[in-house]
Amino acid sequence: MKFLIVDDEKDVELLFRQKFRKELKSGKITFEFAFSGNEALEYLRSRQPPEVMYIFSDINMPGMTGLELLDKVRNEFPQIQVSMISAYGDTENYDRAINSGAKGFFVKPIDFESLKEELDKIVGY
Amino acid sequence: MTPSLQNIFDLLAKMPKISEAERAAIEKFVSAADKQLAIVEFKLDRTEKVKRTTAILLEETIEELEQKRRAIEDSNSVLTKLLEDLKAAQAQLIQAEKMASLGELIAGIAHEIQNPLNFVNNFSEVSKELIDEMNDELAVGNIELAKELASDIEQNLIKIIHHGKRADSIVKGMLQHSRKSSGQKELTDINKLAEEYFRLAYHGLRSKNKDFNALLHTDLDVSMPHLQVVPQDIGRVLLNLINNAFYACMERQTLGKGEMSLHAGHEKSIIASIGYAPTVTLKTITKGNHVKISVRDNGNGIPEHIKEKIFQPFFTTKPTGEGTGLGLSLSYDIIKAHGGELSVLSQHSSVSEDAGTEFTITLPIS
Repeated sequence: MKFLIVDDEKDVELLFRQKFRKELKSGKITFEFAFSGNEALEYLRSRQPPEVMYIFSDINMPGMTGLELLDKVRNEFPQIQVSMISAYGDTENYDRAINSGAKGFFVKPIDFESLKEELDKIVGY
Repeated sequence: MTPSLQNIFDLLAKMPKISEAERAAIEKFVSAADKQLAIVEFKLDRTEKVKRTTAILLEETIEELEQKRRAIEDSNSVLTKLLEDLKAAQAQLIQAEKMASLGELIAGIAHEIQNPLNFVNNFSEVSKELIDEMNDELAVGNIELAKELASDIEQNLIKIIHHGKRADSIVKGMLQHSRKSSGQKELTDINKLAEEYFRLAYHGLRSKNKDFNALLHTDLDVSMPHLQVVPQDIGRVLLNLINNAFYACMERQTLGKGEMSLHAGHEKSIIASIGYAPTVTLKTITKGNHVKISVRDNGNGIPEHIKEKIFQPFFTTKPTGEGTGLGLSLSYDIIKAHGGELSVLSQHSSVSEDAGTEFTITLPIS
């Protein structure tokens, strides 16, 4: 199962690859990374039917925000689930994300245990 | 008749040998002399009176002058005091301006520190897990896997150092901004300084206004030499120009939305607001013995009639309480003090795609 991680911090890739090294090794999941909302959309549009089933996106990014990406993905790729990861855990961001159809909302610094549980749940379905 | 002339008369009377005609002539001369003497006496008396009056007048004039001198001295000391008060007020205003821009920065700084700090924590945790795994592999004699894990751990440590230093430089930059400028010039990497303030200003604004977003473009001349400048001062100028640029984009975005609802169906307005992507570009370039740092926005531009006022102290287009009106005037002074120039190019329009403003700092090399 393929996940797309969207964050403007490039080291997120190395971190995720190490944190989920066992899951990646087993082949249960694969990761794809995009460093902006636009890059994420380009990737999704370039592969039809979409390979990615689930997106984790940062909210606060230059250019397109994670919330804008969420709207666009819900519109263009309604079958893809999106969860938000934000440094700002305020209710405003939370409400906007959930109201726009986000599956989950994670606050930075990321609690990898709960993220793993979420991933297990998704893969388990 | 004066006593001396009287004596002549008396003597004449006792001289019998003189003729009557001679006597009459002498008496006539003496009488005339007496009259002349009386006139001279009168004139002398009058001159004396004039002299006394003049002396009195002179004294009065001197008194008057003295009073005036004292009045000037008094107003002089009042003016000196006023000037001191003004200087103190100016220093306070400059400090207030600095604090206001620091306030705008704080949210950006918090966000900027949080990110590297998260990486430090995350990479440390994952390295600890990797060490446990490495020990497990070593226990079963799997040297190759252990070596792979060791190299992952090394890579993580490099990341930890990198992000630790990143947080460190943000804190140092923040301290530098709040500190009173030492006025000391230091060899400074202008690109690094500009990029740092670019990010801080953006995140600062984003945390205040969650609806706002912008594209950040950087076009930096990597071959640019380091410059001898007061980094806090140049940082303040950059922060000011960048904040203004974001503000201009925000204004256009908000105005565009308003226009759209006001003139629904007005094609141009809709294009202007729907197709509008707020963009701020930071560019550095070396030209001969100068470097140019420009901050460009695609906001509505500066209307012609206020273009000449923007560098004036206390001039602001922001609502009361939002701007001190000192940002650009202080920036101008700072750049002048560095022997440079601060110039502006602006295209004013609410519909044109070419609209926007570009501020350029020119600084001499060496």
